[in-house]
Amino acid sequence: MTGRPSTSPPPRRRSTSRRAGPAGGTAAGPLDVDALLADRGTEIIVCCGSGGVGKTTTSAALALRAAEQGRRVCVLTIDPARRLAQSMGLTELDNVPRPVDDVDDSAGGSLDAMMLDMKRTFDEVVEAHASPEKAQQILTNPFYVALSSSFAGTQEYMAMEKLGQLHGQDNGWDLIVVDTPPSRSALDFLDAPERLSSLLDGRFIKLLLAPAKGPARLLSAGFGLVTGAINKILGAQVLSDVQTFVAAFDTLFGGFRQRAEATYALLQAEGTAFVVVAAPEPDAMREAAYFVERLGAEDMPLAGLVVNRVHESAAAGLTAADAESGADRLRSSQDPDDVATGELLTVHAERERIAVREARLRDRFASTHPQVPVVPVPALPGDVHDLEGLRRIGRELTADGTAGATPVD
Amino acid sequence: MASWTPLHVVTGKGGTGKTTVAAALAIALAGRGQRVLLCEVEGRQGIAQLFDVPPLPYEERRVSTGLDGGEVFALAIDPEAALLEYLQMFYRLGRAGKALDKFGVIDFATTIAPGVRDVLLTGKVYEAARRTGDTGYDAIVMDAPPTGRITRFLNVNAEVAGLAKVGPVRRQADSIMEMMRAPSTQVHLVSVLEEMPVQETLDGIAELRAANLPVGRIVLNLVRPALLSPATAEALTSGTLDDGAVAAALGRASLPTAAADALVGEGLGHLERLTLQDTQRRIVDAQDTPAVELPALPDGVDLGAVFDLAQRLRDALVRADA
Repeated sequence: MTGRPSTSPPPRRRSTSRRAGPAGGTAAGPLDVDALLADRGTEIIVCCGSGGVGKTTTSAALALRAAEQGRRVCVLTIDPARRLAQSMGLTELDNVPRPVDDVDDSAGGSLDAMMLDMKRTFDEVVEAHASPEKAQQILTNPFYVALSSSFAGTQEYMAMEKLGQLHGQDNGWDLIVVDTPPSRSALDFLDAPERLSSLLDGRFIKLLLAPAKGPARLLSAGFGLVTGAINKILGAQVLSDVQTFVAAFDTLFGGFRQRAEATYALLQAEGTAFVVVAAPEPDAMREAAYFVERLGAEDMPLAGLVVNRVHESAAAGLTAADAESGADRLRSSQDPDDVATGELLTVHAERERIAVREARLRDRFASTHPQVPVVPVPALPGDVHDLEGLRRIGRELTADGTAGATPVD
Repeated sequence: MASWTPLHVVTGKGGTGKTTVAAALAIALAGRGQRVLLCEVEGRQGIAQLFDVPPLPYEERRVSTGLDGGEVFALAIDPEAALLEYLQMFYRLGRAGKALDKFGVIDFATTIAPGVRDVLLTGKVYEAARRTGDTGYDAIVMDAPPTGRITRFLNVNAEVAGLAKVGPVRRQADSIMEMMRAPSTQVHLVSVLEEMPVQETLDGIAELRAANLPVGRIVLNLVRPALLSPATAEALTSGTLDDGAVAAALGRASLPTAAADALVGEGLGHLERLTLQDTQRRIVDAQDTPAVELPALPDGVDLGAVFDLAQRLRDALVRADA
């Protein structure tokens, strides 16, 4: 029962070449996504960031691009939009990766995809670690049902559990791309394993287990007071359910802790690269900055930041103020081309104001985190819901993306 | 039987501006002489950031005036503090309450049994909604969990049913459910006019209805206004307004003619975005939950913008009620 994952990090032995993070060296250039995907040393890419920033799309686009460039890829998604899921063949929810059709395999690569089934993954962990009889006892306990279907950290924990399983399997994959759950805070994802294992290892649980194990001297007066209070508030049934659950779960504790430690080490390993995803909005950028710092503190390998839905200035020489005053002058003209151009200048002025606001947010991030490579992805007019859309995002993520994007406002 | 203060639950997909809309609604509801409580339940301190005040404690604090001189109070509900308060209020546990904390029971109860945590979070709102007199409110706005989790969050009864079959927590859950399903409660869903958020919103409405929870309005946030007249849109799409024509007009206005190409591209992009918005707007209009629209503000959201949104929200709601 020695330390939790974070108290026993493995010794640092990797090179610092791929590391970004606040502790890195000189200022970074743009994030070179193709180099990251082409590097055979990259075995795991974890995409993380706050909700609604396009993490799932980014993960899928990275996975597809890597596959079409010759990697054998498995992508683990959490909650893809329906049409994107369908286009990737994610219609069967059997919690195992399935090959994605219509991937260009001319470079020798392949793409498998799966959608995480949180409860099923948890059930499988229980089944793998307990006797059939004990597993049955656990799976039907109301506290297990609550824990496995809605505990705030379960989805995060199970995503990491599944990652560990996929990485351990010999299915010929040489790259696993994993999306992370839309946590209220991106940090839940790093904390979940520890939170769950500390919960299951807590003092209260120990006390609940004590009567089942025998030594009555552990039943202090204080504990009697506590159980009395719980019975009074929740009813006696609850405490006995908890006790049954905890007793049955006890045999799994060691296994859980070991797995949490192994997953944590895997995330820190040389072959892992974290890609933080954000949108150019204050909340998402703040969350991204926090995440970058946290990854550094936990000694996790950060590849860089992807900023989705960026509005770049299309006519850089024309400021919002110039465009607005030009629009004023043209609006009163009798010439319909002048009037129309005046309206176009209004569109441009609005876009410039957005671009300036976003640039300010991105600059602030760049100056406070100079070592973190960043790649902007322009805002696209519609949602991405097919492989062609993912390929387009893939091009935008890399140097190919400079040609032909329609600017949207 | 019981009567409650009107409760507005604001949910929405991540990135749609749920907290901003909740704050704007609270400001809009705080008319002259009225007190409105704005509460958050996810520990994000989003309200404090928006109003530019230090992190909120577990305590009702005045954070803003309303539109016509009313008052907006804010509260960040913390499940552990709520549990201790609850135990103190209903059981006068004293020493046992402290012991519960010491043995990690509070942590355990609020973590392992999510239904219990939600009862505590919504229970605090329930307590505020029952208050009358000087500490009572004219309306309560809750910045709630996202659309994907909202029904589960509000439907505490079903959540604790499997865990606590009898006892005070169960009774508390029953009372909360009565309030959540009463006509005084409305669940509003914030969305943007894009495919995935609209789909998620409609799914959320179906789930709320299935659980007998009252759906209020869809708030379509970040809507892009149409900046081009129909004539210009037509000229642009048909190609009669081309780079050359725009360059000539720019020249007459003493602006760099080299920008023409980019301006035409931006104009077409703008039209494409509006077309996609219209497609989603038709989907929203075709269902029976009324929607209100709030515009995207190019300079982003600061406190002034929240007041601007509050005014628009009130105008829209007054218009709809008239």
